[in-house]
Amino acid sequence: MIPVKINHLSFSRNSHVVFNDVNISIDPGKVTAIMGPSGTGKTTLLRLIGAQLRPDAGQILVGDQDIHRLSQKELYLARRKMGMLFQNAALFTNLSVFENVAFPLREHTQLSESMIRRIVLMKLQAVGLRGARDLMPSELSGGMSRRVALARAIALDPQLIMYDEPFTGQDPISMAVLVKLIKDLNTILGITSVIVSHDVPETSSISDYIYLISDGKVAGKGSPAEVSVDSSPEVKQFMHGLPDGVVPFHYPAKDYREDILS
Amino acid sequence: MMKIMNRLERLGSSGLTICGNFGRCGIFLLRTLFRKPRFKKSFPLLIDALYFVGVFSLIIIVLSGLFIGMVVGLQGYNTLNKFGALAQLGQLIALSVVRELGPVVTALLFAGRAGSALTAEIGLMKTTEQLSSMEMMGVDPLWRVISPRFWAGFISMPVLSCIFSAVAIYGGYLVGVQWLGIDAGSFWGNMQSSVDFYDDVMQGIIKSFVFGFVVTWIAVFQGFDTVPTAEGISRATTRTVVYSSLAILALDFALTSVLIGGW
Repeated sequence: MIPVKINHLSFSRNSHVVFNDVNISIDPGKVTAIMGPSGTGKTTLLRLIGAQLRPDAGQILVGDQDIHRLSQKELYLARRKMGMLFQNAALFTNLSVFENVAFPLREHTQLSESMIRRIVLMKLQAVGLRGARDLMPSELSGGMSRRVALARAIALDPQLIMYDEPFTGQDPISMAVLVKLIKDLNTILGITSVIVSHDVPETSSISDYIYLISDGKVAGKGSPAEVSVDSSPEVKQFMHGLPDGVVPFHYPAKDYREDILS
Repeated sequence: MMKIMNRLERLGSSGLTICGNFGRCGIFLLRTLFRKPRFKKSFPLLIDALYFVGVFSLIIIVLSGLFIGMVVGLQGYNTLNKFGALAQLGQLIALSVVRELGPVVTALLFAGRAGSALTAEIGLMKTTEQLSSMEMMGVDPLWRVISPRFWAGFISMPVLSCIFSAVAIYGGYLVGVQWLGIDAGSFWGNMQSSVDFYDDVMQGIIKSFVFGFVVTWIAVFQGFDTVPTAEGISRATTRTVVYSSLAILALDFALTSVLIGGW
């Protein structure tokens, strides 16, 4: 269980400010949700925590390590304590389900083949896909792919796990399965969990704390109950799914009449 | 005045971009080449890559070699016949294939077949976040994905070039001796007496090592550096074939000049 502290983070891309002096504290062993409208940089935040991107200013502490000040060797060692579930699962398409889950074990451990087999089957059992071990990624549904990716992410028993939009595009059954799995992993293994999502009911149901990001800043934060009754316009619009408000329905454009008649 | 300044500015900007690209390409190569070897884990990856890059290119190399040898045999027969020098056909075919056509055509075919496949494969891995997920698992994609493919290209090119040359010579033999009736003894005898291992065969092998290095470098870099979209992969694949072809032809001239002592 490791905490993550984001202090005065600023990040911009092609002169567009994604984060401006953002402070976030992720408690160890808790499920913290980072929510916000599409395009607010939620996935970028996960990439910053994983040091796949460098911030313009500020620091990100994973445990007691400033993740962006580590050498490449130290960074790769630190990443072994992290797991990440990518939005599109990112399974290796040339490897079977079994080999995908075994991949981090083969790369980072000297375990015997029989031990690797047992660990892989245990991880696949945890996500309910032990019977799918011989399938190739192209034979899996979207929900199954994410569950395999989840089994792979927990193969090395990480202390921190990051979920990038885990519920997007899932049918209700797959969604319920993923919600249960994320909660169970957190409760049973005590892994610090960060969920990036814009699915309000599912994320709120399993989160201990929510940060709502809008326009490069933290617009609201608190427990799910606190955030749901927050009266600030950004939080209210997002949590209640209002079509128009601080985040406008229309993309900025010149006057409609002028545009049509010109 | 303003227009000239704008053009100069654009020219300078393009120059900086090109320099930046060369710099990134160079750093990428250094990071691929100079790393702590992990023989036990790298060897199976290299074998897989050799199979993908080398064995899959074999059919196109063999068929092209056969037809090119037959064409050279036919053209050579018509030309040498005018001078009554048909006995030199074996020598003509062997020298043109071993010194020039073998390494150059193999490299061009290799760029089209294996180079584009490498770029597309790596580009697609980047687009589907497979490379990112590898990084997040603490595995360096340059070691796991790029390095075995690079060395496989470097190793397989000279082997493919030798196979191409052997098949092309056999193609020339089929046309010259079996079809058009040149004496087999003079065909092989003149070839044997005029082709020198160090001056001719080694020249072709050195060229194919250089072409293998450059083509594979371009292919893996373009894949790794691709913009992660469908259009990005398409552009990267095209760039691989175009840049590789131009590099092969330019390097062929430079290498030939050096190897025959022109410089």
